[in-house]
Formats: sequence, C-alpha cells, structure tokens
Amino acid sequence: MRQYGVFIRKEFKHIFRDKRSLIILFALPIAQILIFGFALTNEIKNTHIAVIDMAHDAASQSLTDRLEASRYFELTGDIHSVADADAALLADKIKMAIVIPADFNNSLMHGHASQVQLITDATDPNTATTLQLYASAIIRDFQSDINDQFKLPYSLHTEVRMMYNPQLKGAYLFVPGVMGMILLLISAMMTSIAIVREKEINTMEIILASPLRPIVLILSKAVPYIVISMVNVTTILLIGVFILGLPVAGNIFLLIGVCLLFILTAIALGLMISNIIDSQQTAMFISLMGLMLPTLILSGFMFPIENMPVPMQVLSNIVPTKWFFIIVKDVMIKGLGFASIWREVLILAGMTAFFLFVSYRKFKIRLA
Amino acid sequence: MQHTEQVIQAVNLTKRFGEFTAVDHINFTVHQGEVFGFLGANGAGKTTAMKMLIGISTPTEGSATVAGFDIATQSESVKQRIGYMSQKFSLYEDIPVMENIRFFGGIYGLRSKELKTKAAALLETLEMGSHAKTLVRDLPLGWKQKLAFSLAIIHEPKIVFLDEPTGGVDPITRRKFWELIYAAAARGITVFVTTHYMDEAEYCNRISIMVDGRIAAMDTPANLKTQFQSTSIDAIFTQLARGAQRSGD
Repeated sequence: MRQYGVFIRKEFKHIFRDKRSLIILFALPIAQILIFGFALTNEIKNTHIAVIDMAHDAASQSLTDRLEASRYFELTGDIHSVADADAALLADKIKMAIVIPADFNNSLMHGHASQVQLITDATDPNTATTLQLYASAIIRDFQSDINDQFKLPYSLHTEVRMMYNPQLKGAYLFVPGVMGMILLLISAMMTSIAIVREKEINTMEIILASPLRPIVLILSKAVPYIVISMVNVTTILLIGVFILGLPVAGNIFLLIGVCLLFILTAIALGLMISNIIDSQQTAMFISLMGLMLPTLILSGFMFPIENMPVPMQVLSNIVPTKWFFIIVKDVMIKGLGFASIWREVLILAGMTAFFLFVSYRKFKIRLA
Repeated sequence: MQHTEQVIQAVNLTKRFGEFTAVDHINFTVHQGEVFGFLGANGAGKTTAMKMLIGISTPTEGSATVAGFDIATQSESVKQRIGYMSQKFSLYEDIPVMENIRFFGGIYGLRSKELKTKAAALLETLEMGSHAKTLVRDLPLGWKQKLAFSLAIIHEPKIVFLDEPTGGVDPITRRKFWELIYAAAARGITVFVTTHYMDEAEYCNRISIMVDGRIAAMDTPANLKTQFQSTSIDAIFTQLARGAQRSGD
C-alpha cells in the first residue's frame, strides 16, 4: 500500500509541477464546453429577415405579425422591394427575405391559391434550410388558422412535439459529445504520455529492477487521471446544468457511474497505447490522431451515424465515444434507466477488458 | 581476500536477439563485498549481461543466481536484494531532490520513519542539505550522479549494479564518486560495475574484460598485468579488443 502512496504522490507532483499540463487538464475542458455550448450552435435565434409586403392588407399584416412575434426572427423594417432585399442579403444585413404578393388577402379569402416566396442566403446551406423550415412552419400555422375559420370539412393538421429537447438546444447534443471527447483525450492521452515518459527518461528500468510490482506502476499511473477526469465530469455537468440549462433527467449516480466506466475505458486504452509506443511524441500523436478524429467524426455527435455509408457505420462501432455518447444522451437527456443502456455499458466494459488484456500481455513480453 | 559467500554466479549465461548473440556463454562468480569491474567496449554485451542479472531481461540459455536466487525463476526475490543505477542516472528531473528520495525509498519498500532518517543522512553525506527542495534538473551532473547512486543503495541492498555510472563527468568528480563506491563496499554491499574507463578498472578488486559477448580475461588487476606482461589495464584491453569483430560506437 505504501508503494501505491509514494507512486501516486509522485504522479501528482509531476502534474502539478507542469503548468502546461495543468492547463490541458483543467482549463481546456471548461473552455471547450463553453465554446461548444455557446458558439457552435445550430439554433436559430433573432435572425434578421425582411418581409416585403406587396399586399398591405389584413392577411399580410397578420402573417407579418406572426413572423415578428416568433423568437427566431427579427424583422428589418426598411426593406420594401425585392431589389432592396437582394442588396441586404449581399450585404449580410438579413439572412432571409419573405415576399408576400399583392392581393394576398383577397386570393386567400376566395379560395384561390396564394404564394409566399422565401429567399434565403444559401452560402451557409444548413442555416438557410433551417430558416426556411422555421418560416414555412409559421406560414403553415397561419394557413391552418384561416382554414379553421372557414371550417373546411377535410383538413390535415400536423402537431409537432420536439421530445426531450423542446427548445432544440444545441447544447443537448454538444455537452454529452464534448464530455466524451474530453474524457477520452485526457484519460487516454495523459496516461499514455505519463507511462511512455518513464521509458523515455529511463526510470522505467529502475522501476522494473525494483521490487515494485508492475500492477502498482499501472494503477498508480491511472489513479491521478481518474481523479482529474472525475473533477472534469463534475465541472462539465455543473456548467451544463447551471450555465447551458441542460436537464439531468435520469439518475445522477447512474450518470456518474457510466462516466467512471468510460474513464476506465479511456485509461485502459491509454495503457495499451503506452505499451506499444516508446516516445512521448508518438504517444501524443497517436492519441490525438487516432482518438480525437474518430471521436469527432464517428461518435455521432457532430455527424449523424445513420447518414454515413455502411463501412463508416460499421467502423463507428469500435469508437468508444459512440457508446458513451448514446449512454449519456439516454440517461441525462431522456432520463432512461440502466435497463435501457445495459448493452452499451456492456460494450464499454468489454472494450476496457480487451484493452487491459492487451496491455497486460504486452507488458509481460516487455519484461522478458 | 577471504570472501566465502558467492553473491553472483553465472553459468553459461547467454542472450540472443534473433541471429545476434549479445552475450555468449559467460561464466563468472562475484563474492560478498567485492568491487567487481565489468569492462568492455561499447556493444560488447556488458549492459545486456547486467540486465539479465537484475531480472529485466530473460536469458536465452544458461543460468545465474544473484544473492542466492535464480534470476529466471525467482526474479522477485532477486529484486528485493539489489539496487540498480542505469547509464542515464534516471532521476525525475521535474520534481525536487527530496521527492525523488521519497519516491525511490518508497518503491524499495522503506517505511516512512526509516525513510526520514535515511533521507537526512543521505543529504548530509552528499552535502546537499540546502538543496532538498531544488529540482533535480537544476543540479550539476556530478551531483545528480551521486544522488542516483545513493538512491540505488538507500535500502541497503546486498548487491548494487552500476551501468557506466561515471559517463560524461570530469575526472575529479569521478574520483569522488569512487569514494562513495568504496564506502558502500566497506559496508558490505557488493558492487558490480560496468565501465569503459580503464583507469577505473584499477579501483576494482577484480575485473573481467568482455569482447564480442565473451569474457576474454578475468582476474585482479595486478594478476592480469602479470599474466599479460603489461603495465596498464588499458594496454591489455587494447590488446584483447584488437581481435573484436563488433566495432564500438
């Protein structure tokens, strides 16, 4: 036990002595979660649009009021022609123009077809599509209200409910995703670097020639990063809940439990990397390229896995973050219990066991 | 000398890496309290032989006992009775002297109270009392080297293995370092030291000279000089090494 004590103490000394690693360990996660939470968002809020009202009648006024009232849009008043709108789009003053044709009220009331034109700035296709969808929804609403007035016998209404994330907040997606990325990077990269460093500065030989058992070395390397990662889990959850307004719909202990499991997976992965690699630089490179990119691309938090080609979908199964991401979304946002996530938990546990097994085998070979 | 207890005994100890035989059937015995010099050019197989003795490399053939335990089957028992200092001194440069003492004392299994006494004595002997909180990287090379040696014997091992401990330091510092080695030997610690400085060979009780993985000569420095009718170990070494196939680097 004393050996664990001195070893863990020494690891913490290394970490706290080095300002750069402190920043990576504690400040970076907070910065990332805030950046992803606030800046990288696909929400539409108070976007500037123009309504070019050629009709100036009761119906057009009513539609304009609806658009104005929505919190998605902010109307820009001084645009009155399509040419003005074009100029404003080019100058980036507005993101969308809505053109209401003349005689709007009349054609609506007499049952003729009436058209409303949406002009969007599609240099950013995602935003353009989202804006167009939001505006179409408002216009559809407006139409069905009119239809109600006339009590048409046949009409189909769509009633949309956005479950679990009614406000369509990007943070609901990003917080679990970034949490997975940060935990994987810190735990795997820092653990692998910490062990490879011992090889590089040759202290590994002294340790191997000492009575210290290899398991003490491995556990002592892991403990500080488990502690630090748990601190990060806590900070990220606090920021998520109190600053980004995320719910913790499920059991908080289950959530923390799965985070701990994922940290163990990442650390086991770090151990495996460190047993194969001999220099700190390679360890860092492998961790960054081999872990960060697949995590960003294949974990499902940036790009939906269902839309990928089949080989990519298959490949995504070996990315631990994918499973963690599913678990955290289920527990944190949807409020599901263990019964719904046991498969993913089992997969992560299996991966951890596999990484540990390979590390153990590799370590033995190295000793020989 | 009247040493009776054999603390190291190697019988046909061999290590091959694929086709390459790094250590080729070497036989030798080291007695309790001896300072045994293990000489050879770079690449002669000194370090490989030492790594087998300290249990971090497995022999391909042959066997050896260290402190009475078999290196292949009882390496845990061997490790509890030895100290090891590698070529690069191997301290943690980014943490203070005292933390290094605490760590290495700890992994060698010293208890806190014992460690405290040892640490104080060690700093006193090395005249480093005022540097307990200094980062190792800020110490002069000679001090690092002495600290590394003192840490390798902090747990009073039966045998200490030193792999080219004086590499890169000046002659005066080397002389001082050898005083530490003698002090350890006087306490009964057997010293197994590799070097390629021939003047250091004269400081050893007995030396072996390795050429191409084999032991080409082994005796006291005085006897070797008589045997080879030479005035210096350096000359003997040059004579033996002339026939070497492997070039030093």
